[in-house]
Amino acid sequence: MNTIRRKLLDSMFKIRCAEEKIVEVYAKEQMMRTPTHLSIGQEAVAAGLSLALREEDQIFTGHRCHAAYLTKGGDFNAFFAELCGRVTGISGGRAGSAHLTDPSAHIYSSPILGAMIPVAVGAALSFKMEGRDKVAAAIFGDAAIEEGVFSESVNFAVTKKLPVLFLCENNLYSTHSPLSVRQPPSQVYERLRAPDFKTSQVDGNDAQCVYEHLSKVIEEIRRAHMPQLVECLTYRFREHVGPLFDYDRGYRSKEEVDGWMAQCPIKRFTAKLIQEKSMTQQEIDATQARWKKLADEAYVMALNSPWPGPESLLEKVY
Amino acid sequence: MDRRISYAQAISEALVQGMEHDPNVFIFGLGVDDYKGIFGTTREAFLKFGGTRVFDTPASENALTGIAIGAALNKKRPVLVHARNDFMFLALDQMINNAAKWKYTYAGKSTVPIVVRGIIGKGWGQGPTHSQSLQSVLAHFPGLIVAMPANACDVKGIILQSLKSDAPVVILEHRSLYDLQCHVPPERFTVPFGRARIARAGTDVTVAAVSWMAVQALKAADELSKVGISVEVIDPVTVQPLDEQTIVRSVRKTGRLIAADTSWLRCSFASEVAAIAAEKAFDYLKSPVKRIAWPECPCPVSKALEEEFYPTHEDIVRAVYELMDRKDKHVFTEKVTDTFVGPY
Repeated sequence: MNTIRRKLLDSMFKIRCAEEKIVEVYAKEQMMRTPTHLSIGQEAVAAGLSLALREEDQIFTGHRCHAAYLTKGGDFNAFFAELCGRVTGISGGRAGSAHLTDPSAHIYSSPILGAMIPVAVGAALSFKMEGRDKVAAAIFGDAAIEEGVFSESVNFAVTKKLPVLFLCENNLYSTHSPLSVRQPPSQVYERLRAPDFKTSQVDGNDAQCVYEHLSKVIEEIRRAHMPQLVECLTYRFREHVGPLFDYDRGYRSKEEVDGWMAQCPIKRFTAKLIQEKSMTQQEIDATQARWKKLADEAYVMALNSPWPGPESLLEKVY
Repeated sequence: MDRRISYAQAISEALVQGMEHDPNVFIFGLGVDDYKGIFGTTREAFLKFGGTRVFDTPASENALTGIAIGAALNKKRPVLVHARNDFMFLALDQMINNAAKWKYTYAGKSTVPIVVRGIIGKGWGQGPTHSQSLQSVLAHFPGLIVAMPANACDVKGIILQSLKSDAPVVILEHRSLYDLQCHVPPERFTVPFGRARIARAGTDVTVAAVSWMAVQALKAADELSKVGISVEVIDPVTVQPLDEQTIVRSVRKTGRLIAADTSWLRCSFASEVAAIAAEKAFDYLKSPVKRIAWPECPCPVSKALEEEFYPTHEDIVRAVYELMDRKDKHVFTEKVTDTFVGPY
């Protein structure tokens, strides 16, 4: 269990330090010219999921994809290079922040709402046809379930009995529109439950809880070849796109943000680790310092990397 | 040896041969395994390979396209079938935002070689939403191959080419072509993307025509040969990529161009061909370019209006007379015909 805990904390710091580096340079230096959706505050979901999946399982996600990319094994330096539009980026600078995709790490992202949900189902279909023991996970927010393609995908996956984890990261807002104006007041996971579609909910800011619950669900999916949905309750601290805090903009209150920041997944987890004597404050600080240093280095390395050559503009279209 | 089979039989044969050759190929879509088997094109594959490789689905056009993408990403070769290409409007998000962009955005590290078949309806009152022709919508976006084979031989070769392509391919099959026969080699062969077919060589006028209009152009060429006018018919086979060179070469030779389309004029294949001629063969043109396309209204159901709606070989003949500055009236020997006579 201690190894698991260390890994979860390591993953969360990896995301947090990478994104705090983005916050530091995004507006000021303007070397990352790519609209960026930060996962700060939501790290526990991706950290728990990636650890609960096997390496060869696949994740398909949306615009807020940094966390899943970094925890699923996407290259750290290539992440910064991609954001900086350099040829050493994971997609040579063509994809940017919202399309982080690395087939070798089994992570795929595209920012059209819900667009990667059926792709996950298709991956699961191929696993089943090939008799493979793999699971496809679709990560999406609370807004994506408002898209028709979500319902289409769930219907297909249930009908064809496919190994798909539908993971709804409910952060309560679709850009600036609160859940209350977009959906009925019932709980998402309860509303989407059906006799042949199991759904559940977990505290998305408790990394260990997320990991343990998803581990159980994923093994059920793998064994029974039936999809399930898990709703993770969480909250983004910063604006929808960009590095700033936005509680002064009127669509959500400072009290609400502060309340969730008190529930910061890293703060909660480190407190627990110390209380249960799993790690010392010194070890925790060292973990954070290590990722901070790696992020500083990765950014410098990205800026020192070449741009893609203009002659490559028309390559690999077909 | 002449081996004549129909367009529908050629599709069926291509799918069966493609599936025999590559165990990763599978066919899915609404009704692909039923007794009609998409106008007979998927029935043989179902009987031969069974329900694991030819299977029925919910309607869900957009999700099915995404599902095809996810399967293709994992080395499968999905063939998704829409009994009407109009249903693809519901799948444009996946086709345009995901499939068309995939290889480029992800720097070629993964590809999504899906094959999407869509049938263009025509006649017997199919009306505004079951007889559209989506080539200009689909060909606009870089990343999709858009094929419109006009005969049995080409449709077989295009399907087999699609099944080994890296790129996502949309094949638009005109329903009126389904019963037309031509010689089709029995073996597995491919027809390349982006190479136009000179369906008939000529010297006076170039008619660049897609799909069903290529058939009409050949009929018009027959008529016109009887009055001493020599028509060159160019069938592009694929609208994206488009074989500009063959079109330009022909226009430079004949000095006259008619572009004939199975859809509306605005931002169309016909307009694209006209633009290419204006850019690359302007000095060779002896007369203005003419475009033949649908009138600017949705397709009506009533027989009386439907007959008025669709251009035929007669419109092409009249356009050629105009370009050749002939004032006399043509006496037609070829009747307006359609191979599909109903009922539905």
